[in-house]
Amino acid sequence: MRAVIAEDSVLLRVGLVKVVEMAGFEVVAEAGNAAELLAAVEEHTPDLALIDVRMPPGFTDEGVRAALSIRDTHPSTAVLLLSQYVEERYATTLLATNTRGVGYLLKHRVADVEEFIEALRRVANGGTALDPQVISQLLVRRPSDPLDRLTPREREVLTLMAEGRSNAGIATQLVVSESAVAKHINSILAKLDLPKADADHRRVLAVLHFLGVGA
Amino acid sequence: MKIDPRLRRGLTRLTRNTAFLALGAPLHLLTGLLLVVIATLIWDIIGGGDSSTPVILGFTVALTALCVPALTAAQRWRFRQLLGIDVPRQGRQPARQLGYHSLAGALFGTLEALVLLAALAPAWIYAFDRPYVTVAGVLALAAFPPSAAALVRLESQVVPSLLGHNREEALARRVEDLTLSRAGAVDAAAAERRRIERDLHDGAQQRLVSLALNLGLARTTLDLPPEAREVIDTAHREAKEAIEELNNLVRGLHPSVLDELGLDAALSGLAARTAAHLRVDLPRRPPPPVEAVAYFVVSEALTNVAKHSNSTRTDVTVTLLGDMLRLVISDDGLGGADPARGTGLTGLAQRVRSVDGTFRMSSPVGGPTTMSVELPCAQ
Repeated sequence: MRAVIAEDSVLLRVGLVKVVEMAGFEVVAEAGNAAELLAAVEEHTPDLALIDVRMPPGFTDEGVRAALSIRDTHPSTAVLLLSQYVEERYATTLLATNTRGVGYLLKHRVADVEEFIEALRRVANGGTALDPQVISQLLVRRPSDPLDRLTPREREVLTLMAEGRSNAGIATQLVVSESAVAKHINSILAKLDLPKADADHRRVLAVLHFLGVGA
Repeated sequence: MKIDPRLRRGLTRLTRNTAFLALGAPLHLLTGLLLVVIATLIWDIIGGGDSSTPVILGFTVALTALCVPALTAAQRWRFRQLLGIDVPRQGRQPARQLGYHSLAGALFGTLEALVLLAALAPAWIYAFDRPYVTVAGVLALAAFPPSAAALVRLESQVVPSLLGHNREEALARRVEDLTLSRAGAVDAAAAERRRIERDLHDGAQQRLVSLALNLGLARTTLDLPPEAREVIDTAHREAKEAIEELNNLVRGLHPSVLDELGLDAALSGLAARTAAHLRVDLPRRPPPPVEAVAYFVVSEALTNVAKHSNSTRTDVTVTLLGDMLRLVISDDGLGGADPARGTGLTGLAQRVRSVDGTFRMSSPVGGPTTMSVELPCAQ
């Protein structure tokens, strides 16, 4: 699979290229700003674009805007955004129409190389990878009522589901068996009146919708 | 021929002082003269003067009324041109101006005329040609430069306050100035926080992420002896902790999302840190300085909650009602927070006051603690 990387810090870009190549991608282009990124996507139509949110010239949300335009013009290209801080509002914008092939993570998650590689592959394969901090930002805006019905363990599972992880991924993270995870998930879906869905991405959609995101 | 600079300076000053007094005397004496004319005319009418006297009186009074503002303007011009002193322009106060021109004007005019008379000593020495007149003339001429300088100094100290603002006007002007300069200081501080945030983002934060990433790559890819692996694991963990600490600190400064999307969007990141329940009702965006202060208030309050309160639930409510932005931050923790102690709450109250806001806090020992802040945000 082919990837494009947009990051204005040269130092960090070198590291990102290494990790993305470790994940089995071929890095076909590197960009230092949004315009270069859009040109590279136009030229290569990559499977994945790894994008820094704050880039020249304005250093605000150039990456988010570029990602939205890529999703519009190249739906087959998955986008994974990296940022020093994550903002629930940007996540909401990104996920507004479609949760497939989208990721939004804190920049320093790349330091946990194996997990980050897992997220890269998940997003490139049409999955979702949301930073736990995005989920907690979404949670502070929910009226607490239905959420109070969840046990602390179920809340943990809910967060991991919203991040876009599979049952297996959740099981590894919580160091429990997959069947235990499945039990928690059924209980959560029942308590929150969410439809049962087998496909991972449908489930993510339902949970995110409950958190006030997505169509 | 070279003129000694001190002598030249003295001569320049003497010329300037003489011109100042020569201009001042007629300007100062004119009102007095007109008033004398008016008094004489009134006296005439009382004594049964001819029929044209009231007409002349009316004309003179009108002339005086017209002269007063013109004379004030002339005096301001004289001070600015010759002494470089700006006499502040006062509001419409004709009585005060008339008072100045008739009372102070008569006094200064007389003094100016007397001093100028000393400068004309050679003329009267020549005219009278008596020994005692000559002696007096020489003495007067010698006394002219210092007395002219003294009179100029006296006028420059007294006149601006007589002809300029009175106390009330001066205070009003001062309040206006202070309001402006305070707004400038608030803006400058916000700009400075933005700059620091940006510098840290582009510098230290990127470097730390790069460092953590390289350590992460090392522990994933290298085949290391157990001791070395342990060292790298520790370094990796500490680098990540450093990033989080720095992020939390920088996040409290002035996040770029606050400028881009406003207070509502920016508060999510703060509330998530302490899992506070956030309710925001903002029909429109408050002005940027108010947004910055509101953001700082919530950031500091939640930092305090996290550090001291030991609470299980925190609520943040932000509402804009009319022109008043209201922030309420409450927690069910230990209470006992005292705004008089600890610099955090004092700094918070100061920043609230910097935009004319009010700060209230109730924190009985044993809790709960409620902080409410109101920030005016008239457009």
